[in-house]
Amino acid sequence: MEYETIIGLEIHAELSTESKMFCGCSASFGGGPNTKTCPVCLGHPGSLPVTNMKAIEYTMMLALALNCEITPRSVFHRKNYFYPDMPKNFQISQYDIPLSTDGHLDADMNDYVRKVGITRVHIEEDTGKSIHIGESGRIHGAEYSLEDFNRAGIPLAEIVTEPDIRSAEEARAFMQLLRATLEYLGISDCKMEEGSLRCDANISVAVDGKLGTKVEIKNMNSFRSLFRALSYEEERQRFALEQGGGLIQETRHWDDAEGKTHPLRSKEEAFDYRYFPEPDLVPIEPDPEWVDRLRENLPELPQARFHRFMEQFGLARDIASMLTGEKALADYFERAVETGQGPEELAKWIAGDLSAMLREAVVPIQHCPVAPRGLGELVALVNQKVISGKMAKEVLREAFETGKGPQRIVDEKGLSQIADAHELEVVVDEVIAENPGAADDMRTGKEQALKFMMGQVMKKTRGKANPEVASRLLKQKLIGRE
Amino acid sequence: MKIIEKDALSIAGLIKGREISALEVTRVFLERIDKVEKKVKAYINVAAELALSRAKEVDMELADGVEAGVFGGVPIAVKDVLTTRGFPTTCGSKMLEGFVPVYDATVVERIGRAGTVMLGKANMDEFAMGSSTENSYFGPTMNPWDLERVPGGSSGGSAAAVAAGEAPWALGSDTGGSIRQPAALCGIVGLKPTYGLVSRYGLVAFASSLDQVGPMTRTVRDCAALLGVIAGYDPMDSTSIPGELPDYVGALTGEVKGLKAGVVRELSSEGIDTGVRERFGETVSLLEKLGVACEEVSLPSFAHGLSAYYIIAPAEASSNLARFDGVRYGYRAPGESEDVWEMYDRTRAEGFGGEVKRRIMLGTYALSAGYYDAYYAQAQKIRTLIVRDFGRAWDEYDVLVSPTSPSTAFKLGEKVDDPLTMYLSDICTIPVNLAGIPALSLPCGLSDGLPVGFQVMGPPLEEPKVLNVAYALEQAIGFDARPEL
Ligand SMILES: [Zn+2]
Repeated sequence: MEYETIIGLEIHAELSTESKMFCGCSASFGGGPNTKTCPVCLGHPGSLPVTNMKAIEYTMMLALALNCEITPRSVFHRKNYFYPDMPKNFQISQYDIPLSTDGHLDADMNDYVRKVGITRVHIEEDTGKSIHIGESGRIHGAEYSLEDFNRAGIPLAEIVTEPDIRSAEEARAFMQLLRATLEYLGISDCKMEEGSLRCDANISVAVDGKLGTKVEIKNMNSFRSLFRALSYEEERQRFALEQGGGLIQETRHWDDAEGKTHPLRSKEEAFDYRYFPEPDLVPIEPDPEWVDRLRENLPELPQARFHRFMEQFGLARDIASMLTGEKALADYFERAVETGQGPEELAKWIAGDLSAMLREAVVPIQHCPVAPRGLGELVALVNQKVISGKMAKEVLREAFETGKGPQRIVDEKGLSQIADAHELEVVVDEVIAENPGAADDMRTGKEQALKFMMGQVMKKTRGKANPEVASRLLKQKLIGRE
Repeated sequence: MKIIEKDALSIAGLIKGREISALEVTRVFLERIDKVEKKVKAYINVAAELALSRAKEVDMELADGVEAGVFGGVPIAVKDVLTTRGFPTTCGSKMLEGFVPVYDATVVERIGRAGTVMLGKANMDEFAMGSSTENSYFGPTMNPWDLERVPGGSSGGSAAAVAAGEAPWALGSDTGGSIRQPAALCGIVGLKPTYGLVSRYGLVAFASSLDQVGPMTRTVRDCAALLGVIAGYDPMDSTSIPGELPDYVGALTGEVKGLKAGVVRELSSEGIDTGVRERFGETVSLLEKLGVACEEVSLPSFAHGLSAYYIIAPAEASSNLARFDGVRYGYRAPGESEDVWEMYDRTRAEGFGGEVKRRIMLGTYALSAGYYDAYYAQAQKIRTLIVRDFGRAWDEYDVLVSPTSPSTAFKLGEKVDDPLTMYLSDICTIPVNLAGIPALSLPCGLSDGLPVGFQVMGPPLEEPKVLNVAYALEQAIGFDARPEL
């Protein structure tokens, strides 16, 4: 029997507009509970929604970046259900006539490309946040609940994919590319951990081409948990099928700590949303000229930049992919390239030591203490043999920790190499005189002896001797050749 | 003529001419309220202190030579479905008993800017659902013409207040006839403006695609004047229509010769009481005498108007009223609940009255999976047909006319236990809301001592024409009967 995993994703991205979707309240993150609220987003009697056109613009930019068709006249619908974090007990969303449809986004999987169809991109409003006090931590069995409506009414773009994804790896790669796309467009904070980017999945396992039972997975709050949850679920479903057991169509909750999915209680999902057109809002009819202007002004997107980095800078696929996966990282790289140093060397430094330091210090690249110009300076110092590669790593760390430029660090600490043969010759002679045994070993061709003698030279110069010059001098003097 | 019998524009003139102070006017009306309110019960909350201090302000402004608004010092009653900042707004419901809004409805702000003095919040059927004001949690309002009869509804408090001299004019709201039907039953003028002409911001929603705020007055001229105050674009209401406003009062020339009027057969024959039919027929004859060519016209889709309305309005209401859940404001069932779902159930079971619950259930059913196409989608199709029928009529006629209500004021308790009969009270007024057009009810005489209303309907935004036809008729009819209290 042949198994095939079939995955479709439903993603929600909070848009980083100044104000909320249907009122003038600030849409920014943080602030005391319920400080960013008004009669509209609190659902006070008599209040009415007014569409934030910036949110429409952002959603259209996303739709265009995902190669979607913009609907000439789309409609808002009310999605009706009771939940305490929803002030009106309905959510203004879109239903059968969404803002855009029929796009695709192609995820690079290194040895192949996965083209994922985008069913639709639409706009809706976010809900508030509940904190349930009680043992369960859930609304069921809660002693009482606290509600914060700061998030209620923040614009959300919803992206629904076709069931084109075939593995947990592909799902993660797709989400990373989508996240990068949102980031390049500058329309979302894209923080999965803070909930500004959320993802649910539909997953089933087809047997010999016959479609399986679809299961919805919720509560995957990071790329890692997305990958783990889908891997787990894939395995669970395959196992059930192998055992000849059945699967039921259901919604399951991912428990990150336990590493398992659990069925949700049916009460939480058994909603009849009673969709109907929102009578308080007029349809969205974007001026075609506006759409054209947005299309023309789309920034370079992650995939285009990825290909350009490979072609223009000769970067390897994995490094190009890593750098372009985050806009700020790619921007940093390009600014460093402007210093005239070799792109490959710069890319290696950014992808290697610098990224490790940023991760360790939990600092985003935007606030990297080493400016792109500083990194160029560092590479130049190595290329001009002022410092060794090994020393460069230390200089970089020093620069990262103090914010000083590499040149300044080298100057202040007197780290420039002794490359002057005359100066070094004195040291080499001293070392030979002090270590006659090792000198003899070298003369008889023992490889180990050279390393020892080099170590002595470095010790005397406190590491500043240019290794090539020192090695040449030692060989000249003891073996008679370089 | 006593102050309480005067129309609002006359009172405005007296105050402007310094013949009487705003404070005196307000006192006169508050005294009248004191005297007759026990019998009529037109108000849910009287704003006596607020009104007196507002009137003093107006007087001070006038003394300083400041223009205190177009209608500085003229009192007004406001239907309790419009939010008033710092003053209770109940919608006639236990659910909002004691609820104090944090903001003013746009129309409330506008009448305030025009210098009017709010006397109080007028009684209404709970959440504007009803045709008799008997569905108010705070008890019914009585018709000033016969205290054993209903004033109509849902704006029954506003209509009764104006008829009883407890306010010179009032604001009402109309979803299926809630301004025009009580205006007819109380012998006053009531206008439902074109959908989108008056802002709905702060109007607690019943059925969002049908609701409009409108004036309820003694005269057509007052009606035009008050419309001029409340109409106009509001960025807070997405369905609000942008553009310049016409001069509604200036449009009242009384010159109607050469116009054509269609008498809607579906709204003026079957099911209409004899007395109403007689007054209606006489008024049509009068219209012809004024030089308006009248002929009968059939608009067949109207026969389905009531059914479509009782799908669409409850459907929207079921969603609009979902916010009353005991979580953030308003009534919450006392005592412990097992969980939030039980709190919802108990709060809504205790907080809403029978008619509101009936409509929430109707609407929820109509929108449910598997029923949507059979009910809501069908009703929208009828709505489209009604719009089309009206559209065709405007090719032929300047205005359409019909009785406003199939009967005069009925007895309290007569229909309250029979919702279908009660729903028929709105049979003549509903098509207008479904099409979003303007329509006005004008008193056209009495039948057995009770007022009869005459409805004038016009094309979208043709309020000037509707008002002018009504004005010409008003002058010709010379209706000057008043209830005795
Ligand atoms: Zn707000």
